[in-house]
This record gives sequence, C-alpha cells and structure tokens, in this order.
Amino acid sequence: MFQPYTWNHVFFMLGGLGTTIWLAAIALVGGSIAGSVLALVRVAHNPVLRNAARFYIFVVQGTPLLVTLFIAYFGARWLGIDVAPIVAIAVAFSFYAAAFLGEIWRGAIESVPNGQREGSHALGLSYADSMRFIIVPQAIRIATPPTVGFFVQLIKNTSLASVVGIVELTRTSQIVSNATFKPLDVYLTAATFYFVVCFPLTLLSRYLERRLGTQTK
Amino acid sequence: MDYLDFSGVLARGDLLAKGLLLTAQISLISMAIGLVIGVLSACLTLSGNRVLRLVVLGYIEAIRNTPFIVQVFLIYFGLPALGLRLDPITAAITAMSIYGGAYISEIVRAGIEGINKGQIEAARALGLSGYRTFRHVVLKPALAAVFPSLSAQFILLLLSSSVVSAISVPELTGVGNDIQGMTLRNMEIYLVIAVIYVALVALLRGLMLGIERWAFGYKFVGR
Repeated sequence: MFQPYTWNHVFFMLGGLGTTIWLAAIALVGGSIAGSVLALVRVAHNPVLRNAARFYIFVVQGTPLLVTLFIAYFGARWLGIDVAPIVAIAVAFSFYAAAFLGEIWRGAIESVPNGQREGSHALGLSYADSMRFIIVPQAIRIATPPTVGFFVQLIKNTSLASVVGIVELTRTSQIVSNATFKPLDVYLTAATFYFVVCFPLTLLSRYLERRLGTQTK
Repeated sequence: MDYLDFSGVLARGDLLAKGLLLTAQISLISMAIGLVIGVLSACLTLSGNRVLRLVVLGYIEAIRNTPFIVQVFLIYFGLPALGLRLDPITAAITAMSIYGGAYISEIVRAGIEGINKGQIEAARALGLSGYRTFRHVVLKPALAAVFPSLSAQFILLLLSSSVVSAISVPELTGVGNDIQGMTLRNMEIYLVIAVIYVALVALLRGLMLGIERWAFGYKFVGR
C-alpha cells in the first residue's frame, strides 16, 4: 500500500533542495537590488520618498510571508500576467527580501559615525560622492554579518512556497511523506538538509560579526 | 484585470472575527510560554553544567536553522509515530512556543551577558540573596536592555502563526483559505487578511511600547 522510505526518496528531496537554494538566491539578488534603492531612499533628504519607503517596509514587514505569497500567486493571474507560479513567487520573495535588507542596510548606513559625514561635507564632497566613497564602503562592513544572517532566514522561508505548490524541499518532503507514510523520518531528513545548508551560514555570520561587527570607528 | 469586489468576502466577517481571535489567542499563549522557555534556556546556557548547556545550545541551533513549517509538520505529523498525537491547535501552540523560545533565548542571553559583573558583586555585598540578585539586578535590567529585540521577536511570532494554517488551524490565514474556497475571491480575501495582519502588528507594536514604558520607564544605573 505505502512505499518503503528509500534512498530514491532522499534523492528526490535533494532535487527539491536545489529549487530551495535557487529560489533563495534569486530572492537575494532581486532583494539586494530593490533593497539598496530602498535603503538609500530611507536616508534621503526628500521626506515624501523617505516616508513612501517607510510605508512599504511597514506593510511588507507587517504581512505574514505566507499571505504575501498568496497575493503574488493569485495577483499575477488577477493582473492578467501569464507567468509560471514560480516566477510570481520568486518576485514576491524579492519584494519581501527588499524590505528586510533595506532596513538592515539603512541601519548600517546610519551607524556610520556622523563625523564621517561631516568630514566629507567639509571636504566639499557632494552627497552622492560622500555616500559612494565614504559612507557606503564603511556601511558594507557593518552590514555584512546581518546580511548573511538574513540569507539563512531567506533559505528557511522559501519552505513556505510549498503551500502554494512550488516543488521545493518542503513540498518534496510532503510528497514523500504521503507516499511512504513515514512523516517523522521524512521531515527529520528535510530538517537535516536545511540544517546542513543553514548552520554553516549562521556560523559564518557569527564569525563575521566578531571580525567586522564591532569595528565601526 | 478583473475588478475587486469585497462584498462576498466581507459577508464572512463572522469567520474572519473568529480567525482573528484564534490568531490572537495562540500568539499570546505562545509568546508567554516562549518567554518562559527563552529565559530558562538563556539561564541554562550560561550555567556551569556542561551537559545541560550543550543540550540547550543544540535545541537553539536546531530550531534556528530549520524552517518553522517543517517543525510544525514534525510535531503534528511526526510525533504520532512516537505515540504522541496532538490536535492542530495544541500542536500549533507547541510548535510556536518551541520556535519562539529558541530566538527569545538568544535575545535574553545577550541581555544577561551585557550585565556588568560589578553590579552582581555589589548586590551580593549588600546582602541580596542569589534569587533576588538574579531577579532585580540581572534579569530585569537585561530584559529592559533587549526589550526592543524582544518586541520584534514577538511580532515575528505573531506573523509566523499564519503558517499553522498548513495543518488546518482555523486562525486568520486558515479562515482566509476557507473563505477563498467559498467565495473564489482570492485577491480580495488575501488583501483583507493582509490589512488585518498589518493592523495587528501595529497594535502589538504599540502595546509593547506601552509595556516598555510601564515596566522599564526608569534608567538602570551602571550599565
């Protein structure tokens, strides 16, 4: 009646892990582009832009990712855009990542000591030049550990794409669990896969924090 | 593009209200249990007992490096294999408490580690008992210092409650899925749900700010 839980199932789940990592990587790239714009707008002089970015972050961070994914999944069809669900979901993950990365990077930009800003102003650098040559290079140092940490969150959160039918690691586990009726073994395997991918990144984030995090002078 | 019609969705306001109530209940209960687990495991990771410390650190790392939905599935679908069958709501609260506890533990530990050793020595020298020293000189200032992180974690816990709809808990997202099935108005229902969550988060944020002012509305000396 039920299949025995075999290595073939484990390899099938490994294929799902590929989609998981692929989805997280897309979200990181898309989220980085939108997030850096968002971070710069958040520290800009124009109050309208600043508040628009703030509102965007407030809404995205206040909505459960699962609901965001539902809106993206049905929204693409509602807008009449004919794309594969995984594309809509990848875009949603990018929007989601942008809100969090934008906040992390804004924090990093703001934690560059004010004297640096005043110094570059006194030297006659324009706003764009002082951002580009003085502030952002220092902010990147500060932002690296939490950014790596957020990537761990991103990898874990791609598991929610399973609910809208994307066949990534969690969805393959559900399929295998239904076929073998060994939910404990199957989900422990899935958890192990996630752990093996995420834990080294967590350690890296902690290591970078010790190396870079405190040197903000 | 189709027009948006909220009438069918809003006609199920009774269901939405029920879901909202359950979301609030399971979130608040999990926050409370998670806080207890977090404070206890923070103390254990800082304690001298090496075995206990390793066990607790293992728990924290395991939870922090695996997805919440997999933890929910393990508790709801996996535990019956070990002879422990939980109903969906109990499974949800259990999963959320264990999940929240791991993150809260890290936050509380950072707070406790930030306490100046001299403060503890001074309290002991003044004749405070170990328990009173811990409560007034260690725990309370530690919680005050990390309260903003704690608030953020509570908000994440509230949002994570939407995930338990995957084991058919009729909380806000769960009833959203049901209403979607009844009305087939998928965009409308999830937009309404999103607005309710954003409002809930704003409310919780305000509540936590109020608690912060009420509980820690004075400055601790010597930090």
